[in-house]
Amino acid sequence: MTRPTTSKRSPAADNPPSGPAQGRAEAVPDRAAAVDPARARLQRLEDESIHIIREVRAQFSNPVMLYSIGKDSSVMLHLARKAFHPGPIPFPLLHIDTTWKFSEMITFRDRMADEIGFELMVHTNAEGVAARINPFDHTSQHYTDVMKTQALKQALDAGGYDAAFGGARRDEERSRAKERVFSFRDRLHRWDPRNQRPEMWNHYNGRISEGESIRVFPLSNWTELDVWHYISANGIEVVPLYLAAPRPVVERDGTLIMVDDDRFRFEAGELPEVRSVRFRTLGCYPLTGAVESTAATVQEITAEMAAATRSEREGRVIDHDQSGSMEEKKREGYF
Amino acid sequence: MGPARPADDPAGLPRDLLRLLTCGSVDDGKSTLIGRLLHDSDLLYDDHLAAVRKDSATTGHAGGQVDLALLADGLRAEREQGITIDVAHLYFSTPRRSFIIADAPGHEQYTRNMVTGASVADLAVILVDAAKGVTAQTRRHSSIVSLMGITSVVVAVNKMDLVGYAEDRFSAIAAEASDLAAALGLHTPACIPMSALHGDCVVDRGASMPWYGGPCLMEHLEQVDTAGTALHAGALPGPRLRLPVQLVIRPDHRFRGFAGTICEGKLRAGDEVLVEPSGLTTTIDRIITFDTDLDEAGPGRAVTVTTADEIDIGRGDVIVDPAHRLQRGSDLTATLVWMSETDGVTGREYLLQQAGRISTCRVSEVIGRLDVDTLQSHPAASLKLNDIAGVRIRAESELAFDFYEQNRITGSFILVDRSNNATVAAGMISGTDSLEAWDAVPGSTLERQRSSVSVDERAERLGQLPVTVLVTGLTGAGKSTIATALERELFDRGRTTVRLDGENMRLGVSKDLGFSSRDRSENVRRAAELARLVNDQGLIAIAALLAPNAAVRTRARRLIGAERFVEVFLDPPLEVCRSRDRAGLYTAADRGDIRYFPGVSAPYEKPDDADLVLDTSRLDVDACVQAVTAWLEARGFIPATGAARP
Repeated sequence: MTRPTTSKRSPAADNPPSGPAQGRAEAVPDRAAAVDPARARLQRLEDESIHIIREVRAQFSNPVMLYSIGKDSSVMLHLARKAFHPGPIPFPLLHIDTTWKFSEMITFRDRMADEIGFELMVHTNAEGVAARINPFDHTSQHYTDVMKTQALKQALDAGGYDAAFGGARRDEERSRAKERVFSFRDRLHRWDPRNQRPEMWNHYNGRISEGESIRVFPLSNWTELDVWHYISANGIEVVPLYLAAPRPVVERDGTLIMVDDDRFRFEAGELPEVRSVRFRTLGCYPLTGAVESTAATVQEITAEMAAATRSEREGRVIDHDQSGSMEEKKREGYF
Repeated sequence: MGPARPADDPAGLPRDLLRLLTCGSVDDGKSTLIGRLLHDSDLLYDDHLAAVRKDSATTGHAGGQVDLALLADGLRAEREQGITIDVAHLYFSTPRRSFIIADAPGHEQYTRNMVTGASVADLAVILVDAAKGVTAQTRRHSSIVSLMGITSVVVAVNKMDLVGYAEDRFSAIAAEASDLAAALGLHTPACIPMSALHGDCVVDRGASMPWYGGPCLMEHLEQVDTAGTALHAGALPGPRLRLPVQLVIRPDHRFRGFAGTICEGKLRAGDEVLVEPSGLTTTIDRIITFDTDLDEAGPGRAVTVTTADEIDIGRGDVIVDPAHRLQRGSDLTATLVWMSETDGVTGREYLLQQAGRISTCRVSEVIGRLDVDTLQSHPAASLKLNDIAGVRIRAESELAFDFYEQNRITGSFILVDRSNNATVAAGMISGTDSLEAWDAVPGSTLERQRSSVSVDERAERLGQLPVTVLVTGLTGAGKSTIATALERELFDRGRTTVRLDGENMRLGVSKDLGFSSRDRSENVRRAAELARLVNDQGLIAIAALLAPNAAVRTRARRLIGAERFVEVFLDPPLEVCRSRDRAGLYTAADRGDIRYFPGVSAPYEKPDDADLVLDTSRLDVDACVQAVTAWLEARGFIPATGAARP
């Protein structure tokens, strides 16, 4: 048994969170939300998410927020800052690092932790690294299980967390459409779709026994477009990979894979070519498909999406192994 | 779920949000209808559609066609069984609106899932199979929708293709559905004929039903206004304030804020507020959000507030406006929807979870189980999965709450099983022990004996129409003085009255009662029953009662009949009331010698909707009497001075 290699990064001391010492802001009437229906809609989603995040802090003794560095995580992080303002975020953020993430994601992660000042935990499955599990030699199923699902369980067990926030949205995939906001997991982190607690009004039942936990999805009711509009309206910074730029890619079975570092294994006859691409979701670079695009700003992305005809998870190789595969991963403890 | 289409603005930003609940039985074609909505609105991504085509070939039930039901049905187990097993949430946008569909299952054993979806829905779509018409299942769905407080309903009469698109068939079903809605107290539903399988009147009109002139389903969903239905996902606009406190934000000794989501009313900086259940009052200093401080925040907003005074406020407390306090009590009546396979039994201990507060309680009695076919209540010993029942609950400590019909959040709760932490029931509070006598059901063998004298004959003889004048206000407001003077004036004008004075009641009819909220309520109930008798004889009742509780006054109005009830609120300043108090009751209450004294140690809930508000510190007795008689004349209860009989 290898010891989990969770490391803790402390927030930079010279970058304290926006604290209560700040002066009183200018008070404004809350009229805009009442007048503009589109803004009222984002406001309704934001208010619901903040309610959920606060409820977790109130009901659990040791929560943690999963931080995948993606756009949904960025929104969730922003909502957590809003929920406890003017105080700091009262729980750590946890990143499961498979060692195969885009390098820009890691740079972005560390910079955000410094600038915003949250407590960041990073965990990698050391057994998987020792066994040289990688997305080239192993099936995406096996790789994901070892480097993501097992790694996550190790980190959650090591931290003794009783609640873990995830940025998943119900509109991403069909099996997620039935997920609860408070999703109960047994001692082995397993999800049983037939044994979930009914959720009425905004009364969330977070009671658990020793060793059990709750996965919490504050963005359950957001759509991909909501996320982008919210990012735009709030000026939230995202990893530049979401925006189109010339990048070296190879085309494999119709999917564009970016050559992010020198560990990339070219197949016979493959040569990287530079195309203007962006990513709709971010994960491990060898398993994440790019889309050809020239949308270089958030506004251009939302305009492009208005005309889109393909769903966002399509770029994820792991969802396509077989019909219903996400549901099986969730039963095993995947987020 | 699907790509958003370009809207009014170039970035494709959709408009406001409508949360809807779809309910139908297994065979009504509900999943097909949802698939049709998405498909015909071009709201499906190509890859989703391709996946459904692939699945249709292996598991679909549409006989070679693309099985649209597969779009809505998410989990593998249900796809194999061809049924829906849980609540699925689907998201889509049109140029006019964004929608969240909570797709509730149809078959009977999953009532709990429908209740889950209904608890946050703005509107319900109830499917009816045109070939079968209104069934027991339709009744069950409609009564749950009504129970959960959704007033905006669409009845989708599906499978019109199976009845030859016949107009008379649709009309018959629509009439039956409307009758059902009326019986349940729902607004008249929008009835729309359609065929989800063939796509008629879902998104596109089609040519099959030229006789139908109303909107297609999508058109209706895009245009319907649910804001006025007062049950907008727990965020009700209203004159009252309800802010349940979720947690205290205290990053350091310099800052202490109270975070929560406003579930009713508006909060402004500078507002005087009261904290339940402690009853302490303070002023709102700041309304803080991450972006900026607010002058004002409305229902649904998640805010953090600071107060002018350092008073004790914690999770589970509710910040309210002082004029509208919460109900209090440890015995309450509620409607439960039982959601567990383990039966609910009386006497067993459960945890009762309200907004932010958990208490231990027992179900002390099952009053009756609702038969959704007949809408009648029947005795029951225990509660089984999917039972809907009226119960009495006794909590170990006093609870503070609203009634569900007033507020979905502060009027609801869940019950949790202590042994396994499962959520076993959803509860909606309907009453307290102080209102219990109002809800008592007389013996079923009793029959009301009718009079042979008609209302018209009495009016002819007496020269008046019966009415009850309730004079309410604090001790010292002048209730007895005004009531006595009004009696004299009406008597002198030849009218026939009966005066019911709260204090006189306590010397006789109510001499067994004390001054707790329960006993005060009972005193008012007895006075109201007497007033009803008096009115039934054609006489005018003048009731001078303190009646400090708004809910109790509302019950009195309902018992007597709103059409023959006038509420006169005497509202002088409190110091005037005190100065008139020769018996020294206020001083005694200040010392604590009298408990539960309205205006001092118990609330007096000022009426929002009094027919007359009279400040007796500025108006003399004659002016007050004149105001009341003028009101009675204007509505024809008594003839104007010098005028002929009515």
